[in-house]
Amino acid sequence: MDSNLRREIILDNYQNPMNKGVIEDDGYLKINSNNESCIDNLDFFVKIEDGILKDIRFDGEACAISTSATSIMIRKLIGKNILEVRKILKNYNNMINELEYDADLLGELNVYDEICKQPNRKNCALLPSVAIERILSKLENK
Amino acid sequence: MNREDFLMLNEDIVYLDNGATTLKPKEVVQSMVDYYTKHTSNIHRGEYDAAIITNQLYDGARDVVAKFINSESSEVIFTSGSTMSINMVVFGYMKKHLKRGDEVLLTKSEHASNILPWMKLSEDIGITIKFMELNEDYELTVESVLKSITERTKVISIAQVTNVVGDVRDVDAIGKICKEKKILFNVDGAQSVPHMRVDFKKSNMDFLSFSGHKMCGPSGVGVLIVKKELLDEMEPLCYGGGMNQSFEADMTYELKVGPSKFEAGTPPIAEVIGLSKAIQYLEKIGIEKIHEYEVELKKYLVKELEKIPNIILYNKNSNSGILAFNIDGVFAQDSAIYLNHFNIYVRAGNHCAKILKDNMKIKNTVRVSMYFYNNKKDIDRLIEALKKSEDIFKIVI
Repeated sequence: MDSNLRREIILDNYQNPMNKGVIEDDGYLKINSNNESCIDNLDFFVKIEDGILKDIRFDGEACAISTSATSIMIRKLIGKNILEVRKILKNYNNMINELEYDADLLGELNVYDEICKQPNRKNCALLPSVAIERILSKLENK
Repeated sequence: MNREDFLMLNEDIVYLDNGATTLKPKEVVQSMVDYYTKHTSNIHRGEYDAAIITNQLYDGARDVVAKFINSESSEVIFTSGSTMSINMVVFGYMKKHLKRGDEVLLTKSEHASNILPWMKLSEDIGITIKFMELNEDYELTVESVLKSITERTKVISIAQVTNVVGDVRDVDAIGKICKEKKILFNVDGAQSVPHMRVDFKKSNMDFLSFSGHKMCGPSGVGVLIVKKELLDEMEPLCYGGGMNQSFEADMTYELKVGPSKFEAGTPPIAEVIGLSKAIQYLEKIGIEKIHEYEVELKKYLVKELEKIPNIILYNKNSNSGILAFNIDGVFAQDSAIYLNHFNIYVRAGNHCAKILKDNMKIKNTVRVSMYFYNNKKDIDRLIEALKKSEDIFKIVI
């Protein structure tokens, strides 16, 4: 991907993130994604109905990579069922961790395909996927 | 000054993260290399030449520390660092001597290591933690201390210099108040002892903690100074060799008296030797001179930063080499990543002062913390990079 386009997508999602801000609704599952290696600290709110991720929101303070990745991830996952979500997350995590993945499944998330060149930023990019996975596990353990 | 003593400064870097840890001068490293290559041996009970040298250096380190901060050698305990030192105070002394309802006064700008142990103690035995008010510069005044004290106040536990705001607390005055009102005075010296003259006796401290690695010494070693009459009343948190006088099969035992009681097991010998060398090194330069130099450097830094319109400063008035700032609209971590691109090393985050946000209204900052080997050229490089920061996202993304 052209690096200017990549930067533009990331910056746009950082400065105008999708679904940022909390709304009062008991139907959301909440989780905090405190990134251990740095100072990103985001809360995630996910509404799941009939196995479908109806809505995802987030709030908090985080760096450009974490925030933009969260915004792009939210856009990608809303409306998908849990199986589809798990598949996307697995492929996304694999991409970040330099393992085999299917780029066709990831859409705009492909802007992070070179983040592995900055190892200290991998956890920033992984922040939203770790959070959503934790919410799914929480749901399964209920 | 003394830049030539630091091999890391031969690299093209600007090191401004001294509040986290400092660089090590060659002679400190050499003293440890000598231990590992010329006289490796355990302390105590060794009758051979190498052990005698090691013993002299280890025991001598207590005298070096005592002279440096004006205490008795018999009040100097070697620990693994400030965090351990404060935990020893809280769980080794306070747990036994405080009771439900007793008040401990802290501030919201304390490091986690001077808040969490107290929170745990509160959970364990029901002491009450109160936060003394900070002024508009996030500093603690003597008036605020006086206002906070009640009949139930048993302890004041504060950093002499805080690690985000960098304000220098008037420990002489606070120590005097503590003495008059029979309040125990616990001082976290992690950010003060490396940078300015600290006087344990004159300031009437009861406990003082600091770390080796923040004062040109190695990591893994720190100090806890405990006033003699309290030291005997303190219980060790760790039991084993080197700290007992005797123990028998009938379950009786007797512990050593003095600092050894708190140094179970083989201590960090090389590190203690390195710390001792570091203190001697600092004294050679002159600790007063170091403080003066850093304050001057900070004035220059503030003057230059104030010329850049999109920089927000949080503690320009504090009298130390610490400055917290943000680039307007940029998350602190992104700023630090940006500066790293210019080989400028700073720290971003809450700096372990997680409840200071209640006062500052901002969770994360970029922190510049200076030491005597920094110079105006370092600051000029930082300023130059920050002036170009409208391009920040071209670099960090």
